[in-house]
Amino acid sequence: MKLEMKDSPGQLVAALKPISDVGGNIIAVIHQREPDQESDILNVQIVLELPEGRLEKLVVLLQEQGVHIQRVNEERLLYKRTVILIGHLMHTDLSDTVDQIDSTGFAEVSELSMSMPAVNERSSSRITIKALSKQDMESALTILRRVSKQKSLLLIEPLEEIA
Amino acid sequence: MKVALIGLGSVGRGVAEMIAKKDLGLKITGIADSATGLIDDDGIDVAKVLATKKKTGKCGNPKITAADVIKKADYDALIEVTPTNALSGEPATGYMKTALARKKHVVTSNKGPVALHYKELRALAEKNGVAFRYEATVAGAIPIMHTLEHGLGGNEILALYGVLNGTCNFILTRMADEGLTYEQALMEAREMGYAEADPTYDVQGIDAAIKLVILANTIWGNGVKLGDVDRTGIDLLTADALRLAEEEGCTIRLIAEANPRKKLIRVSPRIIGKNHPLVTEGTLNALTLETDMAKEITLIGRGAGSIETASAIIGDLLFIQDRYVQRA
Repeated sequence: MKLEMKDSPGQLVAALKPISDVGGNIIAVIHQREPDQESDILNVQIVLELPEGRLEKLVVLLQEQGVHIQRVNEERLLYKRTVILIGHLMHTDLSDTVDQIDSTGFAEVSELSMSMPAVNERSSSRITIKALSKQDMESALTILRRVSKQKSLLLIEPLEEIA
Repeated sequence: MKVALIGLGSVGRGVAEMIAKKDLGLKITGIADSATGLIDDDGIDVAKVLATKKKTGKCGNPKITAADVIKKADYDALIEVTPTNALSGEPATGYMKTALARKKHVVTSNKGPVALHYKELRALAEKNGVAFRYEATVAGAIPIMHTLEHGLGGNEILALYGVLNGTCNFILTRMADEGLTYEQALMEAREMGYAEADPTYDVQGIDAAIKLVILANTIWGNGVKLGDVDRTGIDLLTADALRLAEEEGCTIRLIAEANPRKKLIRVSPRIIGKNHPLVTEGTLNALTLETDMAKEITLIGRGAGSIETASAIIGDLLFIQDRYVQRA
């Protein structure tokens, strides 16, 4: 989110405190003072992780501190994994394959790249899945493994980050 | 130290050559190929035997068999390097048991017997107070067993990841670099002598799975078998799949993976960042161990080849010589 606050001592800390109060996790704080800036207003960008449903409360708390919120960009799904599927993707109803992930409510297919060679040849696609949490991602991949098996598709998973 | 060498294929010849060439304190007193054998308690002229083998295809006397050499020759350690049989492990397992029962150390490159009968062979060696070593069975020249046993002694091994089949790695490297189809890359691997006429054993991940079973049993003693490995090969991969991975700064490699906490033991093609340490070129092998104290350790090296495999076997022999037998 992008915040606007008074450029006086203690203001930034005061603005950050409500984030931890609502159980949020600050990932990055960026504040740049324009060299020619004369005003006493400080612009701050904060990247943070919030539990579901806490955003409204945070907005109220920040406003109480006299902080003006310029913009909130919400990225709901934090975990991203890319897999590759090989096989007769169209004949086995690709939209159904995608839908099995999208219909979970906790994960969705956010990107799909596909190559389609000659008719009757196996096609390949790269699918990016986003999920709410690591566990949700694992559940989504479990669904995809099951669907791939049913449809005789070859699923290539990423090698998880070590450690 | 006196050794008997059973098997004179590419690996056996490599071992014989290096023993003849280097002053390692090793003397060959018995030698056998699939049809003939030779016993000389005073030491065999290895160079002469290799020349005969090259000329006639046989190494010795047709009346002396491998079994005779193992039972009758005077040796401290048996080098068992006959072709592997992944289904029965024979006749190699029988050879090794006979030698162990005679209280002879055994060094082998033979995967079948170790994957199938690890517990039994190990128990027999312990009972007879001799060593049973098999460094050459996994990842060729990479000293993975010595690393696990000594260098990483006292570490808990939490997980392992490996590129354990050079043929698959070569095929995948060529598909990624040149945009070849699987069939084209396989043909090239055959021309280079990296793939067998029947590539099933390599490309369906069976070879990698057998090595994974050997590693898992060595590290965790969990008794896993080949049938327990969740296995997918590379034979259904498309050039498009490699390209799609490439677009994301990744590639595809056949990864063998074991993680007992996750109850996971599998061999499968995986998407992996191109700068990941396990991404090696051509026929190279690589292994990453995740441990409690040392954290991650990656070893990279040649996974096959006559002299490369001989390196692993000689490493085992010299270890035995140091620990059990006086240096000659």
